[in-house]
Amino acid sequence: MNKMNPIFSFRELQKKAKNTTGNVTDIRVAVLGNHTTSFFIKALENQLKVAGFNPSMYESDYDQIDITLIDRESELYKFNPEIIVVFESVLKLKDKFYSIKDTESQSDFHKTEKDIIQNRVSNIRANGSDAKIVYFSYELIDDELYGNLFSKIPHSFYNNLWQLNNELITFSRNEPDFYVFDINKYLKGTENYRDYTALINSDLHYSIDTFAKISHFLAQFFNAFKGHFKKCLILDLDNTTWGGIIGDDGLENIQVGSLGIGKAFTKLQKWAKELKERGVILAICSKNTEEVAKEPFEKHNEMVLRLDDISIFVANWKNKADNIRYIQEVLNIGFDSMVFLDDNPAERDIVRQSLPAITVPELPKDPAYYMPYIESLNLFETVSYSENDKDRTSQYQQEAKRKKLISSVTNMDDYLKSLEMKGNISPFNSDDVSRVAQLTQRSNQFNLRTQRYTEKDITEFMNSENHLTYTVKLKDKFGDYGLISVIILEKKNDNTYFIDTWIMSCRVLKRDVEHFALNKIVEDVKNKDINIITGEYLPTPKNKLVEDLLKKLTFENDTNENTYILDLTNYKSRKNYIENE
Amino acid sequence: MSNYITEFETLFRDVLENEDIVLTPETIASDIEEWDSINHIYLVVEIEKHFGIKFSSSEILQWQNVGEMIDSVKAHKEN
Repeated sequence: MNKMNPIFSFRELQKKAKNTTGNVTDIRVAVLGNHTTSFFIKALENQLKVAGFNPSMYESDYDQIDITLIDRESELYKFNPEIIVVFESVLKLKDKFYSIKDTESQSDFHKTEKDIIQNRVSNIRANGSDAKIVYFSYELIDDELYGNLFSKIPHSFYNNLWQLNNELITFSRNEPDFYVFDINKYLKGTENYRDYTALINSDLHYSIDTFAKISHFLAQFFNAFKGHFKKCLILDLDNTTWGGIIGDDGLENIQVGSLGIGKAFTKLQKWAKELKERGVILAICSKNTEEVAKEPFEKHNEMVLRLDDISIFVANWKNKADNIRYIQEVLNIGFDSMVFLDDNPAERDIVRQSLPAITVPELPKDPAYYMPYIESLNLFETVSYSENDKDRTSQYQQEAKRKKLISSVTNMDDYLKSLEMKGNISPFNSDDVSRVAQLTQRSNQFNLRTQRYTEKDITEFMNSENHLTYTVKLKDKFGDYGLISVIILEKKNDNTYFIDTWIMSCRVLKRDVEHFALNKIVEDVKNKDINIITGEYLPTPKNKLVEDLLKKLTFENDTNENTYILDLTNYKSRKNYIENE
Repeated sequence: MSNYITEFETLFRDVLENEDIVLTPETIASDIEEWDSINHIYLVVEIEKHFGIKFSSSEILQWQNVGEMIDSVKAHKEN
């Protein structure tokens, strides 16, 4: 295997895991199976260590899935897993299937098994576990009783396996926190994935190295559960995105589409485009003159990728590591969430050495193997998808334009003026309830008191006589940020309002949105003939950003260090460049 | 035999993660703490990989001690 994404043998993995130190992120995983799972658990534990986790593992007794799940007092529930893996071997299922005597029941086998799966999930939930459930799909192996007639024979075992896998997928679609892990794609191409001697002698259903391989991909998936996944794909151009060198060969002679081995590059472009549709940000990092590099995106009719697919386009003659640092700065995401594709081993090396966290696959020499190789790495593992993810590209394109602007102005006031910001501050309305609740749930940094509210709570605030509620929406000449701030004030007595919640999205830091909001709040409070606003900072490990917020807004320290008071009688409207709309 | 016993010893030490293991042809599983039924499966796989051979299922069940395992390996290597 290659050096970027090595898949270790069981024994190599044992050694690698031994050498990991300083892992702090806990992960609690339970494994239930109908076969000998000890090697699988050991391999998974080792993979999780290598991935940087501090794993605790639970193994159910041999072939005791249902009894373990039904029993509320079982060790499983005491263990309190974050993730429950159910891994059933089809060979065991086959014995069960053969013990059914009538063809009618055999035909219903997949339904009976589906009911069992549903029942297991219900038991897990009924017994109070909210663990994520990762269910292995069933290995598709034909017992060759009906050969290629299987599709017409409802009581064929192979036919039932296909249907059972479909049942699993259908069930998963609407079952929260239930995921299907497809074993078939990882068995394909694995040499001697089953050791039949060990199967007969020791009930070992897969070879120990197969367990190591499967658990490699499972650990990647768990990594995504823990928030570690790739968000950005950075592409080199010459001989990566197209064949040939645009600066030397010119627009007509680069290979993409029908010319030369252009199909290989087209495949890569199509894949990148689909990733972008899924919400992965595309960036270009190329040693080229910018206008020359952009030409194919604008003028070549067989290019799949177009300029509007690219969030950040960097083409110059600077060091690639520096250019990637720039891309990282604009996107404000971790290097560990970026993938860089470049055909040139020297460039890959420079980037790897300066930015060790970034993933830099060792692209094969022959572009025909680019895609098969990239696919084998499963780089973009994810655990969530929403329609909104698609908008990300345009958001980051806007952000890149802002960054360019800020580098062209000399002072902050000029910059803020030139953004032509327009703000809207209003009380909560019913359309925004879910977004407001989501912000209170998710915001950690710009969050004064970190009070978490449900949609029901937010609706109550909205209808309360005793509260003042605000949402702030912001746009500028580059685009619309949408709803970016939530503020809730509670009337404490005849002359005082207290700031219960003040949250803002970090995307709009340093735009003086706080000033814009406070001016409006003060106006409203004064109109109620009230002269005092009090506030409090509740420190958490993540909200240091706002420890001085109230002080900066001219609140005075109250009796203790984290409570503040603002007397409105002498309040002077605070400067900002946001136009009220 | 002496060459094989050294190779076996190195392999056992590595797989069972115990540098103090000393093997003789008479060594049996109960002589070595780490050599339980699970690790036995692991050992068999690693011996097969190391010598590039594949034992038959009945062979594996017949071994009484390390010497007999080595005899099996030899038989495979020489055929």
